[in-house]
Parts: sequence; C-alpha cells; structure tokens
Amino acid sequence: MVLVFAEHQNGPFKKAALEAVTWGSKAAAMMGTTCAAVVIGTPDQPEQLGHYGAKTVYQLNNAELNHFDQKSYTAAVVQLAKKIGASLLVFSHSSIGKSLLGSISVVLEAGSVSGVNTLPELDNGFVVGKNVFSGKAQAKIAIDTDIKVVSLTGNALQPEVVSQDAALVEGFTADLPAPAVKVLEQKTVQGITPLPEAELVVSAGRGVKDPANWGVIEDLADALGATTACSRPVADSGWRPHHEHVGQTGIAIRPNLYIAIGISGAIQHLAGVNNSKVIVVINKDTEAPFFKAADYGVAGDLFEVVPKLTAAVKQFKGQ
Amino acid sequence: MKILVCVSKTPDTTAKVAFKDGNTVYDESGVQFIMNPYDEWYALVRAVELVEAGGGSVTLINVGPAANDTIIRKGLAIGADEAVRIDAEPSSAYFVASQIAAYAKDQSFDLILLGKETIDYNGSEVGSMLAAMLDCPFVSYASELNVTGTEASISREIEGGTEVLSASLPLVISAAKGMAEQRIPNMKGIMGAKRKPLNVVAPVAVQERTRTVGFSLPEAKGAVKMIDPDNMEELVRLLHEEAKVI
Ligand SMILES: Cc1cc2nc3c(=O)[nH]c(=O)nc-3n(C[C@H](O)[C@H](O)[C@H](O)COP(=O)(O)OP(=O)(O)OC[C@H]3O[C@@H](n4cnc5c(N)ncnc54)[C@H](O)[C@@H]3O)c2cc1C
Ligand SMILES: Nc1ncnc2c1ncn2[C@@H]1O[C@H](COP(=O)(O)O)[C@@H](O)[C@H]1O
Repeated sequence: MVLVFAEHQNGPFKKAALEAVTWGSKAAAMMGTTCAAVVIGTPDQPEQLGHYGAKTVYQLNNAELNHFDQKSYTAAVVQLAKKIGASLLVFSHSSIGKSLLGSISVVLEAGSVSGVNTLPELDNGFVVGKNVFSGKAQAKIAIDTDIKVVSLTGNALQPEVVSQDAALVEGFTADLPAPAVKVLEQKTVQGITPLPEAELVVSAGRGVKDPANWGVIEDLADALGATTACSRPVADSGWRPHHEHVGQTGIAIRPNLYIAIGISGAIQHLAGVNNSKVIVVINKDTEAPFFKAADYGVAGDLFEVVPKLTAAVKQFKGQ
Repeated sequence: MKILVCVSKTPDTTAKVAFKDGNTVYDESGVQFIMNPYDEWYALVRAVELVEAGGGSVTLINVGPAANDTIIRKGLAIGADEAVRIDAEPSSAYFVASQIAAYAKDQSFDLILLGKETIDYNGSEVGSMLAAMLDCPFVSYASELNVTGTEASISREIEGGTEVLSASLPLVISAAKGMAEQRIPNMKGIMGAKRKPLNVVAPVAVQERTRTVGFSLPEAKGAVKMIDPDNMEELVRLLHEEAKVI
C-alpha cells in the first residue's frame, strides 16, 4: 500500500497534496498496489482525493493534531502506516512534510529521499530523482529498504484527475503522546497562494530601488494572479517580508512562470529559481547574468516596461 | 545550558558543479569548501549568543574526514567551546544522524541545533532523524529562538508566514534565516580556537538505507529570446501561445 500525507489549508487541499496523491497513485499502479491518503482534521470533501487516485482516505481525528507537533504527527502517521501495512509513504516537500520525513523513516526503519521530482524507476530496485546542489544538478537515489519514505517537490508533476470515483473515507484515532510544543500564534498571509505552491511568480530585486516603488510589481502580480517574491538584499533590508526571499538561503521554487524584475541573477539567486519552467527577465542592463538563464528577456527600464506589461496582460485577460 | 551544534561542510555557493567516475562522484577538484551557511550564520551564532547571555557551553560536531578540521576551527573561532569530529565520510543523512545520535545520546544536551538544510544535498533530513533517534521533540525552520530557564520560545517559518510556539527543553531545532546575524571571527577568536579541544571520535557501524546511483546536469537553456520593450503585447502572446504558461 502507498500512503500519501495530504495537506490542506484549514479546508481546501493544497495543490501540493493533489500532486502528492497523483504521484502516489501512479507509483502504486507501477508497484501493483493501491494508494491511500491520510488527512489531519477536516479538509473539504476528503473523498475528492479519489479523483486523483486514492482509494481510501484515513481521517485522523485526534484533537491534539489541530496544531502541527512533529512528535504527535510522527506517532499518528506511523501507527496508521503500520496498521494498513504501507510500504511507501509520500509527503509534500513542505515545512510539515520535511519535518516528518526523517523521523518517520527512522521509526519505520525505512530509507528516505527528500525533494523527489521524478516517478520511481522500478526495473532495478526503487530509484527516484531529486535536485541537489540547489538545483544545479540532479541525483538518482536508490532506496534499499522494504519500507520507503519520500517527499515530493512542488510542481514536479501536475495533479491529474484519473477517476470519477470518490474515495472511501475512514476515521482513525491514534494513540498519542502529549504534544511537545504549544503553538501560540500563526501569522499567515491570507488570500494569496503561498510561494512554494504558486504557478506564476513575479519577483523583484534591488533594481526597484525603494520599497515605495513596489506598486508596479504588485500591479503586475495582481493582473496575472501571481504571487510576489524578491531577492535576498530586498528581504534583508526589510523592503519585503522574509518569506518572499527566494534563492540559496531563502526558499527554492519551481513555478511555471518566473518573472524576474531588476534582479541581476547572481548564482545564489538562480539556485532557488532555475527550475522554473519559463523565466522572463526584465533588466535595464543587457549584460545582467540573469539573461543567460532566461527564456524571454526584455532589456529596458522596469519603471517603463512593467506598467506596459501589466497593461498588455490586462488586455489579454479582458479578451 | 549545554548546546550541541551540528555543522557540515559544503562547496562554496559559487562553486562549479561537475561529476567524475561516470557521473557517480562529485568532482571536488578546485572546489572551495565552506561551513554550510545555515549552520554557521544561524545555528552556531545563536548558540554562542545564548551561552554568552546565560552561561553553559557550545559543543560543535561534524561528521567528516580530517580535511574538515579547517571549518571546525573556524567554528571554534566564532565561539564554540569545543569540537567533536566523527571520523567518517558523511555518506547519507541517515548515516550522519546515526553518528551524531550515538555521540549525543548520553551527554544530556539541553539543545541540539542544526541548519535547516545543507546547500549541497538539500536534504533537510538530519534534524528530524536525529530527533527521532534521541526521542526528543523537533522544531524545524526556526527563525527566532529564545530560552528562559527550561522553556524555549520559537518562531518558525511555515508556508506563507510564521508560527510562534513554545516548548520545553531538551529540543532539537533546525535554524533558518533570521535566527542570528553572521559573525566574522576576530583575531582573538582565531588564536583562541587553536587551543580549544577538537576530539576525533571513531564512527559507529551503520547499515545504509539509500544509495546514490548517479548524477546529471540539467540541459542547457536555449538562447534567450529578446523582446522589444515597447511591444509587451508580443511577450504576453508568446507566454500564452508558445510557452503556454498563462
Ligand atoms: C552565501 C550567499 C547566499 C546568498 N543567498 C541568496 C539568496 O538566497 N537569494 C538571493 O537573491 N541572493 C542571495 N545572495 C546574494 C546574491 O549574491 C546577490 O547579491 C543578490 O541576489 C543580488 O540581488 P539583486 O539582484 O536584487 O540586486 P543587484 O545585484 O544589485 O541587482 C539589481 C539589478 O537591477 C537592475 N536594475 C537597476 N535599475 C533598474 C531599472 N530601473 N530597470 C531595470 N533593471 C534595473 C540592475 O541592472 C541589476 O542587474 C547570497 C549571497 C551569498 C554570498
Ligand atoms: N556531516 C555532517 N556533520 C554534522 N552535521 C551535519 C552533517 N551533515 C548535515 N549536518 C547537519 O544537518 C543539517 C541538515 O542537513 P541535511 O539533512 O543534509 O540537509 C545541516 O544543516 C547540519 O546542521
């Protein structure tokens, strides 16, 4: 059995969860077994995971799991995995998934690979691909244990509806230790797609010169329905919040479209974005290194180019 | 407070990435190595600050060969009191976590700090594994850490925001940006580091669970298509019709 940990955001499933179930059900088919999912709390319509290939959804209903506590989540997932005899556990490569991967693999005596971006190859054991060196290379890693644990990089594949069937939803109550951490507060930006999940990203750097100039960037992001990001100096000087910082020391993303505005394209910045499907660079310096990593380039002053692009996007969307 | 800080060695962020032996081994020739930035700038510096403010000791641990002593000495110069090197190639996250767990299990550390990930393997796995091996709670991606008595208050990064939490020591914590500011070691630190203890410990036997089969480099990008800045309609058209991303 393949067991996928499907995350939701106080109701709606994250896109990463649908990707993970899609991946898990494809892997299950290759391995000649079935795919189940586990959810914590009460996502909207858990049975919809059936459309992505999950036959059963186990709903963990312990109230202690309302907040993320690494120790209790580990215990809960391990108990379920043992009960259903899971041989492959799949997480999203999210803050929760990355926190659980290692501990669960240790308790289940399983080999683990984090940040997987390919389906498994099974002709010679169980081999998966992942990015290493911050996106500058790809590694193939074999897992040699009976039970295997992976986390799946965001946007490595698209969620795919493979069935009309609803999944069977079954409750599961775990026997939990006392929570080790007390969550006091959660501050999240509402209403926009978090960066690791975003398909369209508009990102800007020091070229914008002043936080007061950010309006042109936001207008473009709004017109596209994109999430905003920034380079490190921009986050460091407090122009933008830290969670928008992409790159080697920030977060790594792989959206379908990454528009880099007034960013020079230093190698540490590229490390976080060079897996984007399509890269557009807007920079007034034709020698900016970012152009070498770009699919489309616009050499010009961002304060002139970006409003024109925003207008063109609005016109396109209005059609 | 007794703190253990786990530090790893990684290629410098600008190092070229190439492989040898039929693309199975990272080619280290000509590569400059550094202490993994998350370990150095955030985990280690915060540990030193906490001990400066409240007393205790900082032990630095690395799993690696003798060549790693250079970065270990740098960690001592930044302010760790002593260092331990487990004398083995860090072949996998599981191997590394097993070695550190074997060393730490009866040393009653109050706090074990790691970086959020290594910038070469990008695993983010060692901390969570180590916590499970020591049966100790784990908090990942901490961007703020304060300790009063045996209570820690922590902010951690989550998708699109932060979470504020509290927990009792002992804890395993992985450090993200924000936890501290980079410290450049001064002359006094560098001189002092030479006299601080660096204990070399033999590894314990570990049965590996994963194997690296090989590496590959991404395909080179085709040439960039330059668009006239006065014709943004063309860019939108290409993004829609050619790239199919909007
Ligand atoms: C260990 C380490 C880790 C790092 N990690 C990261 C990381 O995670 N993320 C990251 O981003 N950086 C990181 N950096 C920093 C990185 O090396 C660069 O310094 C940084 O990315 C530069 O940011 P920038 O492109 O916004 O600014 P700059 O390099 O100053 O570039 C600004 C660009 O804007 C252009 N510009 C200026 N005005 C205009 C205009 N009016 N119109 C159009 N274009 C204009 C300029 O031509 C220039 O190309 C790291 C560095 C180190 C050493
Ligand atoms: N060889 C090593 N020796 C000591 N600590 C390590 C080693 N490798 C990784 N670590 C620690 O584990 C963290 C996470 O590493 P990783 O799981 O490889 O991303 C690093 O930031 C270090 O703090």
